[in-house]
Amino acid sequence: MGRFILRRTGVMILTALCLTFIVFFMTNLHPNLEKLAKTEGNMRMTDEQVESWLVNRGYTQNVFVKYGQWLGVMPSPRFEVGEDVYTRCSRPGVALEDTGRFCGVLQGNFGFSTVFKGEVSDIIAKRLSLTGWLMLFVLIVMVPMALIIGILAGMREGSRTDRSLSTFAIATTATPEYVSGVIFVVLFASSRTGLSPILYEWGWIEKKTMFKGLASTAANDITFANFTLPVMALALYGVGYIARMTRASMAEVMTAQYIRTARLKGVSFRNIVMKHALRNALIAPFTVIMLQIPWLLTGVVIVETLFNYKGFGWTLVQAAGNNDIELLLGVSVVAVLVVLVTQLISDIGYVFLNPRIRVS
Amino acid sequence: MEPLTSLQIAGYVFLQFIPVWVGMLVIFALSIMTKNRTGLYGKLFDSPIGMVGFALVLFWVLTAIFADAIMTHAALETASGMKNKLPGTPLRGAAEDDFQWYLFGGDNLARDVFSRMVAGSRIVLIIAPAATLFAFMVGITLGLPAGYFGGRADTILSFLANLVLAFPVILLFYLLVTPEIRAAGAEIRIWGGNTWVTSIPNILAAILFLFPILFLLILFQSRFFTQPMLRNILVAGTLLVGAWMYSGLAFNADPLGLLGMDPNLLNIFVSVVFVNSPTVFRIVRGLALDIQTRDYVAAAQTRGEGPWYIMLWEILPNARGPLIVDFCLRIGYTTILLGTLGFFGLGLSPESPDWGSTINEGRKLLTLYPHPALIPALALMSMVLGLNLLADGLREQSLKD
Repeated sequence: MGRFILRRTGVMILTALCLTFIVFFMTNLHPNLEKLAKTEGNMRMTDEQVESWLVNRGYTQNVFVKYGQWLGVMPSPRFEVGEDVYTRCSRPGVALEDTGRFCGVLQGNFGFSTVFKGEVSDIIAKRLSLTGWLMLFVLIVMVPMALIIGILAGMREGSRTDRSLSTFAIATTATPEYVSGVIFVVLFASSRTGLSPILYEWGWIEKKTMFKGLASTAANDITFANFTLPVMALALYGVGYIARMTRASMAEVMTAQYIRTARLKGVSFRNIVMKHALRNALIAPFTVIMLQIPWLLTGVVIVETLFNYKGFGWTLVQAAGNNDIELLLGVSVVAVLVVLVTQLISDIGYVFLNPRIRVS
Repeated sequence: MEPLTSLQIAGYVFLQFIPVWVGMLVIFALSIMTKNRTGLYGKLFDSPIGMVGFALVLFWVLTAIFADAIMTHAALETASGMKNKLPGTPLRGAAEDDFQWYLFGGDNLARDVFSRMVAGSRIVLIIAPAATLFAFMVGITLGLPAGYFGGRADTILSFLANLVLAFPVILLFYLLVTPEIRAAGAEIRIWGGNTWVTSIPNILAAILFLFPILFLLILFQSRFFTQPMLRNILVAGTLLVGAWMYSGLAFNADPLGLLGMDPNLLNIFVSVVFVNSPTVFRIVRGLALDIQTRDYVAAAQTRGEGPWYIMLWEILPNARGPLIVDFCLRIGYTTILLGTLGFFGLGLSPESPDWGSTINEGRKLLTLYPHPALIPALALMSMVLGLNLLADGLREQSLKD
């Protein structure tokens, strides 16, 4: 077990290094740097000025050297621009002597965001906590709903319940967040269409709309009105997949020998499901749920953009749209780590939960 | 003129889609009559879910084919006074032979939502299946040897596949589909006075587009090398057509000037293929690992057949069931991916009528004027739903054997 975890962690670190290097390489392509020079320096710079701006700040070094400096395994060189001395560590109001020689991610220095004018690590921490709330509510809604649908459908394979629940699960996987989000807003959050005007006329709701079409206020204060629609849009797309996995796993368990034995002994159907089948049927969905978390990442970006909730996904869009290289790199590191760590947990958890698997 | 009522809108929409209804009727009637002789396809008509799925997919395929006849107005045509008008609004100042209404209303640039939806189906239904097909070619060509031979090549390829799979899709798109990346690289002069930029999407295209040619060459060579005449014809034909399409699609330098791909479109296409192929690779590799233990593979090995013959003519045909099912699902997933790209305004030009871009345009005024975003959203949902149901029906029927 120990060696297995060690090997998996080794592969994980190698993958993380490869992926961050790819992101680093692609964000540091020359046209991106030119754009950065023009937004940071002066829009009307000539090509020579752009070039000297980049050279002065060390952007024209070899990409591997730059990656090493960004990672913090190589010392950051100092550049003199006129009277100023500039390094990766330098910040407004901090004396150069107080900064270290290594200024990379390993030292906890993710750089300085050009869009938000702040430390990348602070921005990401703040935005990530907002997204954390969104994810928490999504998981609270999604996982029980998916498991119940899957278990009910897989309990009696081929029954009418199974068919209708399976069709529902298929329908949710065909509804990406930007589609369900649009439909939800039209149905519940518009004062002109959908259910809100009808309910308002009947006097069932006090405000003009049932829910809010924007979740920007949820950053300070999460309420039922402003958080329901983003959570539902995200949860709905994930439900179908987990439910189908649970159904398949449950259906397989229900055909097992020991279930038939229990049935022949005269155990009630209810007891068979609750006591015998469930425990074994829930091993496979655990893996799927863990692997679903990176999947949610794309959904988070879509939903946060659609509902204007200023979390991690929204930050990714802002960083990419405004060519904020350091912030985009920081966001990528977090995204890649989330994917890799959930993969690791799902692998290890699978082995822990399933005693039949012996790791070589 | 009075605006149309909901019933009238439905009636006119029904009339516009008449070519589609006729086509669906004919295809369904023929298919059900011959269903005992058409194998898995025929069995689809025994499953209600599969039939519903097939009907939805067929609807959109025929819509894309007959788009010119169905559209009431041009996709980019604007009309004064039709901005954000509700569905069924009569077209102001319409000429005698113009269609007199905007059936699904106007969008915020006063274009006809109905016609844009129909025009969008054509874009989506060309890109999504084509990109999926390319991803399958790449996945099959690499996945079969990885599963069959195993060893170091398998380890390296699997690591690369996992690398791409661990990359958050949305981040990859934001890095790969940008105007800057298309400009990054040196310009190289190639044949016919054309130039080619060594940017990442172009290099990826040059690599990925080789796989279909490679696949067909190995396919023919491994089977027909005992009949040199036939083999030579097939290989020469593949090379000729392949080289022509390759030069047009990958280098945008078709010597005949017929084929070509807009750089934006190429960028999107390559990204979608790139994201999809590792998953196909994993599926094919798993299937190859499973099937190579079967008796007929051992029989072929004993007969002295070459490894590529076994992979492409013994293993691949026997893996077709799961692969067809995954192909349907993957077209749906690709459609969703294309929509995501359009939703973030990446790639295709903003006035393109494809569904993702239209949803993105319409969402800005969503609470006031829902129809410009709702119509393409429902279109996208129904098509992906159709593909998923079709895949489910196929899976169910193929498991019954």
